[in-house]
Amino acid sequence: MVMRLHTLVVLVEDHPGVLNRVMSLFRQRGFNVHSVAVGHSETTGLSRMTFVIGGDDRMVEQVTKQLYKLLEVVKVTDVTAENLIQRELALVKVAATERTRADVMRLATDIYRARFVDATPDSLILEVTGPSDKIDSLLTMIRPYGIKEVARTGLVAMVRGSGSTRLTVVQDAVA
Amino acid sequence: MVVTKPVESSPTPVAEPRQAAAARPRNGARVLCEALVREGVDTIFGYPGGAVIPLYDVLPEYPRLNHVLVRHEQGAGHAADGFARATGRVGVCLATSGPGATNLVTPIATAMLDSIPMVAITGQVAQQFIGSDAFQEIDITGITLPITKHNFLVRHAADIGPTIQKAFHLASSGRPGPVLVDIPKDVLLAQGELAPAEPLELIGYKPTYTPHRRQIRLAAQEIRNARKPLILAGHGILLSGAMDELRTLAERAQIPVALTLLGIGGISQQHPLCLGMVGMHGFAHANRAIHEADLLIGVGMRFDDRVTGRVSKFAPNARIVHIDIDPAEIGKNVETAVPVVGDARQALAMLVADVEELRHEEWIAEIDDWRQTPPYRPLGNETVLQPQFVMERLSELTERSAVVATDVGQHQMWAAQFYKCDTPNHWITSGGLGTMGFGVPAALGAAIGRPEAEVWAIVGDGGVQMTSFEFATIVQEHANVNIAIINNGYLGMVRQWQQLFHDRNYSETFISQPDFQMLATAYGIPARTVTRREEVDDAIVWARATDGPTLINFVVDQEMNVYPMIPSGGSFGELIEKGE
Repeated sequence: MVMRLHTLVVLVEDHPGVLNRVMSLFRQRGFNVHSVAVGHSETTGLSRMTFVIGGDDRMVEQVTKQLYKLLEVVKVTDVTAENLIQRELALVKVAATERTRADVMRLATDIYRARFVDATPDSLILEVTGPSDKIDSLLTMIRPYGIKEVARTGLVAMVRGSGSTRLTVVQDAVA
Repeated sequence: MVVTKPVESSPTPVAEPRQAAAARPRNGARVLCEALVREGVDTIFGYPGGAVIPLYDVLPEYPRLNHVLVRHEQGAGHAADGFARATGRVGVCLATSGPGATNLVTPIATAMLDSIPMVAITGQVAQQFIGSDAFQEIDITGITLPITKHNFLVRHAADIGPTIQKAFHLASSGRPGPVLVDIPKDVLLAQGELAPAEPLELIGYKPTYTPHRRQIRLAAQEIRNARKPLILAGHGILLSGAMDELRTLAERAQIPVALTLLGIGGISQQHPLCLGMVGMHGFAHANRAIHEADLLIGVGMRFDDRVTGRVSKFAPNARIVHIDIDPAEIGKNVETAVPVVGDARQALAMLVADVEELRHEEWIAEIDDWRQTPPYRPLGNETVLQPQFVMERLSELTERSAVVATDVGQHQMWAAQFYKCDTPNHWITSGGLGTMGFGVPAALGAAIGRPEAEVWAIVGDGGVQMTSFEFATIVQEHANVNIAIINNGYLGMVRQWQQLFHDRNYSETFISQPDFQMLATAYGIPARTVTRREEVDDAIVWARATDGPTLINFVVDQEMNVYPMIPSGGSFGELIEKGE
């Protein structure tokens, strides 16, 4: 079995404690979670969670089935093999003196299309979005200048075109 | 000094007469009672405490709700579990906040692992104190997250009705399991009405009852192709009421049936096609049948490690058809050729319709040949009583028809092997969690749920000491429970492992005990002690003839082992048939 990263998009009912239930399940069964992103979805009362988890196909199948056993979990989609838009946002505070500031800014904007959102005499805060590997790469490149702080949102993903992680079947049933 | 009687017009508050209660404002506690009545509840196993005083205050207004006051909340939980297993209905237990709630944790976990429909109601501190580490506050919904099918914290009195409705639906539908409802004290006291029951909208919960037709066709084809098919029947048979369908399929396609520990009762053990229990202490012929089978049809069971041993060597020649209502069980432990998600009864009924009459005479003859070697059963002599003999006599004298609740350990396995339980829902045992202390309170719950039934608690001298305080509840309720202690002076199953795998290092497994006969007598339970073979029948006959509870202390061989045995993580090839 091949171990790789899977992206799971999970639609859940927007109840208190739902994230706790999901994370408790991952912890209890030893599933390896790399990133989590949670927010409201297009449907009132439903949140969309995006998980990046490591494991082989059998493990991911177990994750999916166990997730479905949670009452509030409405739909689980493994989008790993789909044609995806994947984005993560990071805020990075990097050391930047008068001498290095121009280099940092050029590197981050030219290659990574980062934006600068704050500056002090000895630091900059940059904002960057993109697939996780792009952010990893940016961090590698600016590490020599001195990274002071990193905040990442976790990955969100959306299937291109007509593919979707929406709730079509259940919506039809309700309608 | 003259003591004056309070005059009629005294402003001193006196206890309100009960009739006036109905006129009192309707509060969350009454809504809860009415919601329970609406769900058909007639028995609650509980224990009062600060956070649930408002509930106990109104409970007497609902004579339909028979409250059984236990001696420890763990007893309430296991009794609700035994009640559920014996009746097929949802068991209800009730505890206060904090320690009352945490004492329910083991019974809830026991019910979770064995898919038992149970609703646990806990009091909680008033909402204004939640999160402040108030007196007897504990996050019981957090604690029980991984051991409940679902749990609820009720925030408003108006939510009590719908929440109870959901709780009972969840506990009893799909793959059953325990549901906990945590209710803060202020919610019990808040004004509220029971809203009319409405159809539940649970968009994330849709258990599949009817299997996919294509999967049934594939399963039927596997059966047609098989030369050595074997059905492994589990708890799902009993939970779905598939006993007739199981027997019909087995007879129609001439497929032998082996049982998991919790599947006992799914088919009569007198049936020629029934091989009895499989697994670590299952019969050699049944485990051998798994080893030789070319097709395993697992129905309502989960290929647990006590059944499979080492998975890589389990059923090496077999393709597997797995029928279960919980899709997460399929493919979890073993590779499955044909997954069938659905209710066991429906799936078996569809298979019966799809499969033509088949014969497997050679395969049956082969198994019957293995069956000629009877299970290891030492003959007792004059001085030492053998536990297997006690079980055999109990099975015989109760005509295999008593409700038997066991504890966990050697006596449990001997009971499984030698008590030839034939009736669905008469075999009550903690399988998945293996909870010592389960037997006595579970028997209590069973006896209360089935007052007409003959109930035996078969327990060890270790486990009985974990929950013997429930003797008091048994007496209080006049519950018809006969307690048989299989007393070997050891925590026998651990001692057996120490003997076989740890060089007889009996570390902390010799356990002292009270005089059980005197203990029972102190509680008001008539009791006997049996040390010799020839006393066994007489004692059992005496217990059966005695009205109300009895206790028999069977003092048995101290170092008898349970055989056959496949060591943990082992395979059929490593089966130990009997001791030296």
